[in-house]
This record gives sequence, C-alpha cells and structure tokens, in this order.
Amino acid sequence: MSTTAIAVAEHENYLNKEYGIKSWLLTTDHKRIALLYLMSITFFFFIGGFFALLIRLELLTPAGDLVQADTYNKLFTMHGMVMVFFFLIPVVPATLGNFLVPMMIGAKDLAFPRINLLSWYLYIIGGVLIMHCMLTGGVDTGWTFYTPYSTAFTNTKIIEAGLAAFVAGFSSIFTGLNFIVTVHRMRAPGMTWSRLPLFIWAHYATSIIMILGTPVVAITIVLVAAERLFHLGIFDPKLGGDPLLFQHLFWFYSHPAVYIMILPSMGIISEIITCFSRKRIFGYKFVALSSIGIAVLGFLVWAHHMFVAGMSVYAALIFSFLTYLVGVPSAIKVFNWTATMYKGSISFSTPMLYAFGFLGLFTIGGLTGLFLACLGIDVHVTDTYFVVAHFHYIMVGGVLMGYLGGMHFWWPKISGRMYPEGWGRLAALIVFIGFNLTFFPQFILGYLGMPRRYWDYSHMPEFQILNVLSTAGSTILGVGYLLPMVYFLWSMRYGKLAPDNPWNAAGLEWKTSSPPTTYNFDETPVVDFEAYDYEHIKDTEVPGES
Amino acid sequence: MSHSSAATAQNPALRHHFAEMEQQRDAASLGMWLFLVTEIMFFGGMFCAYLIYRLQHFNDFAAASQSLSIKLGATNTAVLIASSLTVVLAVHAARHGKRKLLVFYLLATIVLGCTFLGVKAVEYADKFKEHHVPGPSFNFAPERMQGHPEQPPIDMRHAEMFFSLYFVMTGMHALHMIIGVGLFSGLTYLSWKGRYTADYYTPIENAGLYWHFVDVVWIYLFPLLYLISRHP
Repeated sequence: MSTTAIAVAEHENYLNKEYGIKSWLLTTDHKRIALLYLMSITFFFFIGGFFALLIRLELLTPAGDLVQADTYNKLFTMHGMVMVFFFLIPVVPATLGNFLVPMMIGAKDLAFPRINLLSWYLYIIGGVLIMHCMLTGGVDTGWTFYTPYSTAFTNTKIIEAGLAAFVAGFSSIFTGLNFIVTVHRMRAPGMTWSRLPLFIWAHYATSIIMILGTPVVAITIVLVAAERLFHLGIFDPKLGGDPLLFQHLFWFYSHPAVYIMILPSMGIISEIITCFSRKRIFGYKFVALSSIGIAVLGFLVWAHHMFVAGMSVYAALIFSFLTYLVGVPSAIKVFNWTATMYKGSISFSTPMLYAFGFLGLFTIGGLTGLFLACLGIDVHVTDTYFVVAHFHYIMVGGVLMGYLGGMHFWWPKISGRMYPEGWGRLAALIVFIGFNLTFFPQFILGYLGMPRRYWDYSHMPEFQILNVLSTAGSTILGVGYLLPMVYFLWSMRYGKLAPDNPWNAAGLEWKTSSPPTTYNFDETPVVDFEAYDYEHIKDTEVPGES
Repeated sequence: MSHSSAATAQNPALRHHFAEMEQQRDAASLGMWLFLVTEIMFFGGMFCAYLIYRLQHFNDFAAASQSLSIKLGATNTAVLIASSLTVVLAVHAARHGKRKLLVFYLLATIVLGCTFLGVKAVEYADKFKEHHVPGPSFNFAPERMQGHPEQPPIDMRHAEMFFSLYFVMTGMHALHMIIGVGLFSGLTYLSWKGRYTADYYTPIENAGLYWHFVDVVWIYLFPLLYLISRHP
C-alpha cells in the first residue's frame, strides 16, 4: 500500500502542476475554478448561517429582546439573499458540477474555460457588492423585494442588493450555458445520451432552468431599480402600475430557482445510491427524464406563491393542479432510488448516510409541498412557519444533504486524500438530528398559527417551547456543518492517500488518477459500457468497511 | 464528435480542449444561440409587462404612442435592416478570406449602428423637451383630444407608464446596440490585423448573430411602440 501511496502522491496533477496565487486566479482549469467556487461559497454559507443563528437566538424568548425590529427584518432578508443567491443556487453546479461534468463525459474541460473563470469573477463581484450592502446598512424587504414596499417605501439599499443579485445571476447563466454546450459538444466517443451519468442529466436540466429563468429575474431587478431611480410607475399602484406583475415576474424565476437548487443534489443521490448498493439504477430513463420533467413543469407553477395575493380564483385552480403535477416526476425519483436499493448490497458509508438523510428529508419536504399546493390548506398556512419549514426541508434538508454526500463521495478525487470515515458518519448523524430538531417544530408552529418574519411573539407565549426546541436544534445543526469543514481541512494534510477509485465506483471520473491531471485523462477515453455498470465491476472490497 | 485530431492540420486558433476546429466552431455557435435565448427571456420580461398594460389601458397607450415620430422610427428601422445586410456581407467576406472587404463591411456596420443611436438621441431629446419623460415634470397633452371631443379622457398615469416602458425598452435596446458597436470596433481592429481567415472566423459569425438579434428586437419594438392604432 505504501509504495502505491507514494506513487499517487508524486504524480503530476491539477493541484501540484503550478503553484502561486496567479496560477489560481488566472486559471481556466475547471477543477481549479471549482475549488475557487468551493472556498467562496463556503464563506457565504457561514455568513448566511451566522444570520440564521441570530434569528434563532432572537426567537428563543417571546419578547423582542436581542435585536430591534428593524434589525430583525434585515437579518432575515440578508439570510435569505445570501443563502439563495450566493449559496444554494451555485452550491452544487459551481463546485461539484464544475469539477465533474467534463470528467464524467470524458472531456478535457468545459466548452468555454474562460467564460467559466469569468462566471467565478462575476460571482465574486456580486459577493463583494452584497457584503458592502450588508456592512453599510443592508436591506429589509425580505429576499423577495416585493413592490411597492421595495420601490416606494423602504429607504434601505435596494439597488445595491439588486445589483448584487443581477451580477450573480449572470454568473449562473454562464455556468448553465457552459454545461449545456459541454454536454452537447464535448462528450467522449461512445458516451451516448443514454449512457450519461444521471448527475449529468440533472445538471443539464438545471442548466436549462438557469438560462431560461435567470434573465427574467434580471430584467425584473432592472425594472425595480429603474422605478426607484427614475420614478417610473411600472409596479407602483400609486402611479398606475400593478404590484402583482412584479410578483409574477419574480416568481417566474424564483420558483424554478428551487429546482436549480434541488436537481443537482438529486443527481448526486443517483450516483451515491447506485455505488453503495452495488446496483444499476432502477429505471434509468425515468430518472433521467424526470429531471427534464421537473425543469419543464417547474416553469408552470410559479403563481402558487401568490394564492392569497389577489389573483383570479380560476388561475389559482390551474396553478394548484400544475403544482400537484410536479409531485409526479419527484416521486418517480424517490421510488426509483428506493427500488435501486432493493436487494442491493448496501453499505453504510458516509455518502450513503447522507443519501438516506436526503430521502427522508426530501420526502417530508415534498409531501408538505403538496399540502401547500392545496388551495384550502395554503390559505390557512400562508406566511406561517409551516411554509418556512417546508422550503427548508427542500432547500436545506434536500440540497445540503445531497451536497455534503457528494462532497464526501468525491473528496478523494478532489483532494487525493480520504476523510476520516468515523467522523464523517458522526457528522452525518448530527446533521440529520439537528436538522429535524430545528425544522420539524416549525411545521407544528406554523400549523398552530405562528406567522413567519415576526420578531416578537409575546402575545402568544405558548409558542416558546417549540421555538426553544428549534433554536436548540439549530446549534446542533451548526456543529454538524462545522465538523466536515474541520476534518476536510485536516485530511488535506493528514488524511490517508486516496486510491484512484476508493469506492470501486463506475463512471469515467473514477478511471483517472486521484487527483486528476490538468486535462483529466491522459488520452480521450472511449466509452463502451452503460452507466452504473455495477454488475460487471468486481466487488473486491466493500466500500468504507476496510 | 470525431476523435481524429491528427486528420486536420493544427490551426493556431484551436484551443487545447477541443479535438478539431469543427467541434470548436460548433460549440461556439451553440453557445451563442443559447446566449441569444437568454436575451429573448431578458427582453421577454419587458414585452410581457408592456403587453399586459397595453391590453389594460389601450386608449391611453394609443394616445401616448401618437406623440412618437413615425418618420424617425421608420428611418431607424431602415438603417438597422441595412446594417443587418452589411453584417451578412461581412461574414461572407470573412468566409472567403477577403480581409479588406471584411474590414469595410464591419466599418459600414459600425457607421449604421452609430446612425441609429444618433437618431435615437434626437428622439430622446425631443421627448425631453416635450416633457414626456416620466418623473415630476411629466406632462402630456394628447393632440387627438382637440379634434375628437367624444374620445374618453386620457389617464395621465397610464400615459406616463407608456413612456416609462418606452424608455426602458428602447433604452435596453440602445444599450445592446452600444455593446454591439463596441464589439464590432474590436473585431474591425483584429480583422485589420489579419486575425481571421477562411478557416477561422467564428467571432465574426457570432457577433453577426448578436447583431441580427438586436435588429430583430427593434423589428418588434417599432410596431409595438410607434404603430398603435394609427389611423390617417
């Protein structure tokens, strides 16, 4: 083992090929850009998490005692903005997607490496703007910028925050564009569409949403800024405008944005479940096409955010029905993952634990989504903690479980080192428990009638016990998120050297060295096997049980 | 998707991650088309807002539209269509490796683009003088009102909204024109330097696609904004 280990350590790879700050900031290597993204996105995750922690601490007691009302409004706004635009949307595509999409299809790089770097710089420019905005006063409208409050009333920094989201949006457009062209034009010989890993299908579907949805929110932001700057009346009812139009345009992107977040994680789950069940995916075509189905249907459901906004009842009925339909492709995925595990040889390694967590949390989040698609229930729980709990189960439970599972799964490939398995399993368990303790009480709170975005609930002190549970859970969750950060960093220096294919997994990315060379493969691979060909992979070693 | 990189002679413009020029050109072209799709969605938001308000407040929009100058708008339409022609000729010249002709047509495109922007500036200045720019000093007295006493009164707020949308939409379009002119200036310089050959002229082609797109946006803007319910 030790001789191979030394050989692994000394081969030239994308990490040790060049050194120095310039070789990173001017790189066009998709793997290095993925790491640049990883660092910056992690930074914003902890900024957003810090705001979340302050929110939870404020709600520990019914009285508004920790921060003032205005501050609280800014806290949940900045938490939402940072988490949505600077963490959840780019988190999987820009890090794992960037790293893996070319490798999984046997390409040397993405189709447009320089645009890839540009998209990171745009992300950073947006990030600097949002940081400046936060440090000089922040925004208090909620991350949704609803008009006319955002255009005619609030005196906080709407334009700067909008500009930050606008610029970060173009970063995401360029990522999506790059992925689509790459998948179309850069596949290795033999890598047909029906042999693509489901991770690629998921990113392809995500990219479609990115390029079709993001420009619409971009122009909406421009209109809001123009309205503030030049006194236009497009959304302001006092000037003859219609605030509902803003909500339509905003949610036309911002609802599909949820699928931008969740689809890549679903792709990760497909990779993990097949590998750790040692089985081919059940119903490949259904899982692949359900990603596209989610992307298409996702564009037709936006107005379910507006059931109480004064929309026509008939329109609401149609949007309610279409929202139920999204449940179909989502359920296909969950059923097929479960069927994949059936009679599989399952091992409980860290990535698999996260995949289990994903299945549980996504199912709860998805099913409560059906509650909200139902007009009667939605009117009852609109703007309560029920909604907050629902979308955190999807956006945090689902997305982060998938992301962390994927980070553990591909960490040996990214860093060339193994993470400590025991700590990994412990952290997965802590995250799962902490998450449920944080957000499950919020379902009950919301059902009982606690409104969201309230800073003081002293007229309803009976809600305190559930809020205390939620805050306690959030500290556990915080520990669960910090742990991987610590041991990943630790493993970069002290971790066991990783072999090329530590999990005995299928897929092209495991056929190159760990870490890969700059051009990924010494020569362009020729693909003559189907995806998830686990029947033909000799199972010499049960993963994670060494 | 062939993998025989040795088949074609190595073109200096071939980037390391592509196997051959054809693959690189296909990728660039697909990328440009996808970018134009995002542009359609970008303008789509504005067109959507415009159409909804025009349906809701048709009379006010029609009256406000009367104050736009068809003469200037039509001139600009002709200028833009001519510029689309010069772009096509530029791409043609590039494909046949005619460097001087390429530079000539690119310059012609730039001149036509600047003409459009100049006429647009005149129109904006007129609107400013007539107090048709939305804001505190907005004032709109529709001309048709005098001759047709039976016409319903105009809601000033909705007329103002027409001009809001007019300025946002034509402004966004003009911004795209300015970017296009900048793009072509750079390409003219590089063409003069002999960067593009019959084997490699993808940037000319893609910039041309962009320019056509911007023209097409105007082809929609002109009737939507200038030609509402114009009766002699």
